Amino acid sequence: MVTHTFDVVVIGGGGAGLMAALNASQTAKTAVVSKLYPMRSHTGAAQGGIGAALGNLEEDHPEWHTYDSVKGSDWLGDQDAIEFMCEEAVQSVYDLEHWGLPFSRTTEGRIAQRPFGGHTNNVTGKPVRRSCYAADRTGHMILQTLYQQCIKHDTTFFNEFEVIDLLLKDGAVAGVVAVEMATGEMHIFRSKAIIFATGGHGRIWEITSNAYAYTGDGAAVCLRRGIPLEDMEFFQFHPTGINKLGILITEAVRGEGGILLNSKGERFMERYAPHVKDLASRDVISRAIYLEIREGRGINGQRYMNLDVTPETVNKYAALDGRTRPDGSPYRVTADEILSKIPDITDFCRTYLGVDPATQPIPVQPTAHYAMGGIPTNKLGQVVVDDQGTLFPGLYAAGECACVSIHGANRLGTNSLVDLIVFGKHAGLDAARYAKEVDLVELPAQAEDFTNQQLDALRNGDGSEKVGQLTQELRVEMFDHVGIFRTEEGMRQAIGKVQELRERFKHVKVSDTGKIQNTEIINAWELSNLLDLALVTAVSALARTESRGAHAREDYPKRDDVSWLKHTLAWWQDGNIRLGYKPVVITKYPPKERVY
Amino acid sequence: MKINLRVFRFHPEHDQRPHYDEFPLDVEPTERVLDLLEHIRGFIDGSLAFRRSCAHGVCGSDAMRINGRNYLACKILVRDLNTSTITVEPMLGLRVIKDLIVDMEPFFENFRSVLPYLVNDEALPADGKERLQSPEERERFDDTTKCILCAACTTSCPSFWANGKYVGPAAIVNAHRFIYDSRDRAGAERLKILNQHFGVWSCRTVFNCTEACPRDIKITQAIAEVKNTIQTGKI
Repeated sequence: MVTHTFDVVVIGGGGAGLMAALNASQTAKTAVVSKLYPMRSHTGAAQGGIGAALGNLEEDHPEWHTYDSVKGSDWLGDQDAIEFMCEEAVQSVYDLEHWGLPFSRTTEGRIAQRPFGGHTNNVTGKPVRRSCYAADRTGHMILQTLYQQCIKHDTTFFNEFEVIDLLLKDGAVAGVVAVEMATGEMHIFRSKAIIFATGGHGRIWEITSNAYAYTGDGAAVCLRRGIPLEDMEFFQFHPTGINKLGILITEAVRGEGGILLNSKGERFMERYAPHVKDLASRDVISRAIYLEIREGRGINGQRYMNLDVTPETVNKYAALDGRTRPDGSPYRVTADEILSKIPDITDFCRTYLGVDPATQPIPVQPTAHYAMGGIPTNKLGQVVVDDQGTLFPGLYAAGECACVSIHGANRLGTNSLVDLIVFGKHAGLDAARYAKEVDLVELPAQAEDFTNQQLDALRNGDGSEKVGQLTQELRVEMFDHVGIFRTEEGMRQAIGKVQELRERFKHVKVSDTGKIQNTEIINAWELSNLLDLALVTAVSALARTESRGAHAREDYPKRDDVSWLKHTLAWWQDGNIRLGYKPVVITKYPPKERVY
Repeated sequence: MKINLRVFRFHPEHDQRPHYDEFPLDVEPTERVLDLLEHIRGFIDGSLAFRRSCAHGVCGSDAMRINGRNYLACKILVRDLNTSTITVEPMLGLRVIKDLIVDMEPFFENFRSVLPYLVNDEALPADGKERLQSPEERERFDDTTKCILCAACTTSCPSFWANGKYVGPAAIVNAHRFIYDSRDRAGAERLKILNQHFGVWSCRTVFNCTEACPRDIKITQAIAEVKNTIQTGKI
């Protein structure tokens, strides 16, 4: 066993992790411990842009961004944190540009901006150009730029290290235990502060845009050590994933004028969101697609819709909507123009579908996309462990694994990138500040025991169950019953099924007895995380007898602010879940009906 | 359709030398090669080791040799290969650690050697906002911003196979991305680094890199532009 000592250890090398590391390492001895090489992280898959009210193309204000995010969250987001994020977003985007991020540009040479779902001019109610983009690979550029800065500043990385356990002593952080993939060796990282930036857990669902790596490791590790998870019933289904594969087709396709059509060729979003139509919030569109399919209007009788971004369709509906360019001229596009705005999407369509989006519609269906819930934090990234605002000394979380909460019941497009830049930065800064003020905490006795216990169980099962089989059953069950629409009956069944799978998981046996790059044992352990988080998700969802944002119940179709304007907290207790609640922070925007 | 998947196997703790395992599979023509590998690891032989993450060609984890050519396993479909036997092997030119996993460190070391980050110590705009860059200036280096550092190009290059000291196409692509960025000020320094035998001059214009790139970056052209700038001083 190898022991390292740092002031700050960041778990995860995606956008939030790198941002935290860059900021913490200015004043504290910092390391990034990541199960992937940093550029492999899922931030790189983000496409459409990062929201910030720069106002480069038209009037815009951080207050409008704030209100849109509050409304997008279905009033479950904490308004103090949202306001903070939307104000910080502007400088954060300039910082990224100063670090070299190659944003697309306006003719004046400023950062280009495009419309995105749920982002509006608060006076006219029309879509506003707020999403700052680099073609349709904004996340890739953010990840590259941050990694480049890490190289420049000689940041310390431990690549391909899987963190299995969080070490606590007398109510404070002592470190983490990790397995080095290259050797199979156990490493203990002693640290004054730990920042989890481990991303989401979308692999729980059958159809997902999420990477294989998105198994919720950090959230599961914290959960097992007594940290609650917040609002886990809220998981976003993005309306436009490639049919069956789930690969994301960015909202920017609709921002550039793409239209969703059903089997009758109807622009059905007119009926569900008469004002902003195809640029309504993601939860609204996903439900609309589901309802259209249920009414028998799926394309070819199947479970998908057409997303049409051919110039004929774009121009037809742009004319009907009276859409104009910044100079006031009518919005008309050519095939070349469309393709230049969405080159990666074009590539995906050609590779996986054999479809050319300039001439053919793209078959899309909703795909599990983003965890609004996660490790509860405040706006400095400090982990908050109860309904009283009690902090856990030295423990931080940022990015998708955290729940600040700025996304509430439904995240607006572009706000994930804003989230990881703003809160990654502040978690890093505050962790470094904290590390200056405290001494290193002693390791608990037998620090590696719980890690060994978990991994040994995977080596010593009877082998009657396979990881592949359990994974598949979990994902189908969750997609069917804890998906876009939910009922008590379905969720009860899902909870039973997940408990059954957790029992069957005890029979898994890893066949590879080696230590070097034993991906089998890591994948099996990741499945244990998915199983535990699926249970938390389903139990939290069953308890919430209302519909809000991404949590849509057929048996409770209305939002219920009297009983449910509150965050869920879920604690792990010996294989069962204990639920509690805490109030939503409301500052300027009292709840009202959410209409697009 | 029925296919035979031949997979390169090497377990460093058990094997003296590598061998191939064969897996007869019934697959859909639209399945990715990665889907087949996942099926093997999840249901048939859990010990098969390979890297993967995003599964749609943007994270760069799963570059490997498939039927003798470098691809991302998640970006090549069974029907694209058009053969009933599919052979999967690790990339060439980097040490095999286990099965399809190679040692990426020498590759990243080459990448780091070309100052792959923006250098500009001049004062920021007084208003605190973005530096200006015209769409034309931005377009100049657009192609090379797409690199995902998967190593498919570098490990398809005969010059790299012959001598791992060659920085390789991926490093040059990332140098190009900054040399032609109007905001950067370290172009001359990068050109000096690349104006060596194991810099751009090991490139013999074989075009393997361009063919292998899963992001369709015109790599050979980018290298030629760097060579040209070294000789003429023109950006």
